[in-house]
Amino acid sequence: MSDQKLRVGLFVTCLVDLMRPSIGFSAIRLLEAAGCEVTVPESQTCCGQPAYNSGDRMAAQSLARKVVAEFRDCAYVVVPSGSCSGMIRAHYAELLAEFPSDRAEVERLAARTYELTDFLANVAKLQRVPGKFTGTCTYHDSCSGLREMGVKAQPRALLGQVQGLALKEMATPEYCCGFGGTFAVKYGEISARIADRKCEDIASTGADAVVLGDLGCMLNIEGRLKRRGDTKTKVYHVAEMLAGMTDE
Amino acid sequence: MYGSLPRLCRGRVGVGASLASTDSQPMNAPAETFKSRAHDKLNDAKVQRAMRNFNLAGARARGIADLDNFEDIRTAAAAIRDRSLASLDLWLARFEQEATRRGTKVHWAETHADINRIVIEIARATRVKKIIKSKSMVSEESHLNDALEAEGFQVVETDLGEYIVQLAGEKPSHIIAPAIHKSRDDVADLFVQHHKTPRKTDIGELTMEARKFLREHFLSGEMGISGGNFLIAETGSLMLVTNEGNGRMTTTLPRVHVAITGIEKVLPTLEDASCILRLLTRSATGQSISNYVTLNTGPKQPGDLDGPEEMHVIIVDAGRTRLLGTDMQEALRCIRCGACMNHCPVYQNIGGHAYGWVYPGPIGSVLTPNYIGLENAIDLPNAATLCNQCGVVCPVKIPLPDLMRKLREKQVDRGLRPWQERLGLKLWAWVAKRPGIYALATRIAARLGRSMGGADRVIHRLPGNGWTEGRDMPAPAGKTFRELYAERKR
Repeated sequence: MSDQKLRVGLFVTCLVDLMRPSIGFSAIRLLEAAGCEVTVPESQTCCGQPAYNSGDRMAAQSLARKVVAEFRDCAYVVVPSGSCSGMIRAHYAELLAEFPSDRAEVERLAARTYELTDFLANVAKLQRVPGKFTGTCTYHDSCSGLREMGVKAQPRALLGQVQGLALKEMATPEYCCGFGGTFAVKYGEISARIADRKCEDIASTGADAVVLGDLGCMLNIEGRLKRRGDTKTKVYHVAEMLAGMTDE
Repeated sequence: MYGSLPRLCRGRVGVGASLASTDSQPMNAPAETFKSRAHDKLNDAKVQRAMRNFNLAGARARGIADLDNFEDIRTAAAAIRDRSLASLDLWLARFEQEATRRGTKVHWAETHADINRIVIEIARATRVKKIIKSKSMVSEESHLNDALEAEGFQVVETDLGEYIVQLAGEKPSHIIAPAIHKSRDDVADLFVQHHKTPRKTDIGELTMEARKFLREHFLSGEMGISGGNFLIAETGSLMLVTNEGNGRMTTTLPRVHVAITGIEKVLPTLEDASCILRLLTRSATGQSISNYVTLNTGPKQPGDLDGPEEMHVIIVDAGRTRLLGTDMQEALRCIRCGACMNHCPVYQNIGGHAYGWVYPGPIGSVLTPNYIGLENAIDLPNAATLCNQCGVVCPVKIPLPDLMRKLREKQVDRGLRPWQERLGLKLWAWVAKRPGIYALATRIAARLGRSMGGADRVIHRLPGNGWTEGRDMPAPAGKTFRELYAERKR
């Protein structure tokens, strides 16, 4: 098996790069545990989603084309984010429609781009999950992961293999946390109020930690929990939890 | 061949009209900002309590569970709506022909002002004084009640929610549940004030009281104004989908019936309507069918025991043709079930009034800028998390987040975004395209953020950033992934 390693290009995402590098390293550890050969294209920055969702199509296009070029040689592109992988898989074709010569390459990229847990569960078929955790967790489904990438069962199946971890579902795990990218900055008051419902839902499970697959939701939920005075509930990215890197 | 074609459709169907500012003056463009209205609603305990109790989303989930092919019906319904819109001029002409043949008078309103003018003309010609109404959102677009009252007509809303909202001097906050923002106590107070009766707080008793008062109005109304869920082209019928029975009272008891609906509401056949009906009520309230589904096909005929002496249908453009043939056309599929707002995390928290115009929620955030002008509803397409719960539940598969994103692009194209935002995006994109400079910028940002975070690694305040108004920002780790990755490789 080792001589037939899956060649994976890791798209780290701009938020992980800046805010929480441990998620990137967790992803590498998991992919390597699943027998993949991981490369991290050095020039990568951002998938362009902030510009795309802010209506700056030209800026989004230039960043999208950059991603398409950077990952051209990777057999698979794996992203520790439902949102950024969804951007590539569900939106690049529309965004780059004005560049018909790119079309084949864009479609090829979309077809081999995966959200991390989806890739681990369904492609690389990770056998042994390294993570250990003592306590109860609840999983928040990020909107893009769930509705653009079909991520629902994969993280739960993998979390189920984390030694010592008990999963307890919240009442509405599919309910948006209120992040919405620049929405959280432009409409902070509404966004925080939506996050409140999520925080209440998390609290009602009594879980020690909330686990999720997108850094945007993570910053939002963690930020709101802290502002509400909840210092007890931990917030982890699913990669950190699966890789056993919850202390870093 | 096109002799009887509605003027408003001629030459516009299929033509890519740009989303330019409206030719008519923006009707009641909101004065205060969306943000300030949302702020008020978020801090209004009564509204917040009402919104917390509001759960039509749960009703829908139960309602669709009894169909094992709900998704197939959605696909079929979207195709039916697209077929209607693709030949809208022809189906409308067919409707006019069939309805006219059965004695209905068809009127075309190109603008909101035309709606009010036509209704007033009919009311004068038929010498009515008292007008009763069942629900019509299109009449909200034109402020018809105000226009009629200014001309001395008495207007009474008969849908219970609309009646409550009218007594309160407010506007509907939801397209099918207009008084959803009101509590039982609010209604009790309103009834004491307007009915001069002893205060009741039991919902059943309140409803019976409304029924008693409304009955008087039904019997004394001379003109009934209704909306129209659909216009059936092949039979010239108006379809009304209601629960309270007031729709039938309004369209059969008074001697004149005037229905007002948008041009997009035409369906080719009754078969089409029956397919869409399966989705409409389930998506709206979870019901397999509403209490009443009425087909009004012309006025009272010789030998009929009841029905109005005159039936008029006013078919309204008021901005709709501007969407035809453009990247916004899918929004015209809307069958007004309200599912998008019922499932919207923003609507669920701020309620309908914050949106500032007739249609709230995701569909409102798409229709309002299109109908009253992009520049008159700057916030709406942006005030969404793009979570796509609306797109998932829409019975006719309107890609609402995509349409909102396209409106955002149009705002940028037309220079309607604040310069700080435009500059910020340009600067960020310029840097993000240059990995070397980007690496330097993120290294600085990571360290700056780390130091701002202090001992507890949390940033409590970011100047000029809405984020920290309601939450903290977990501080960055201090070094970027790329830095650490390079260090490890060494």
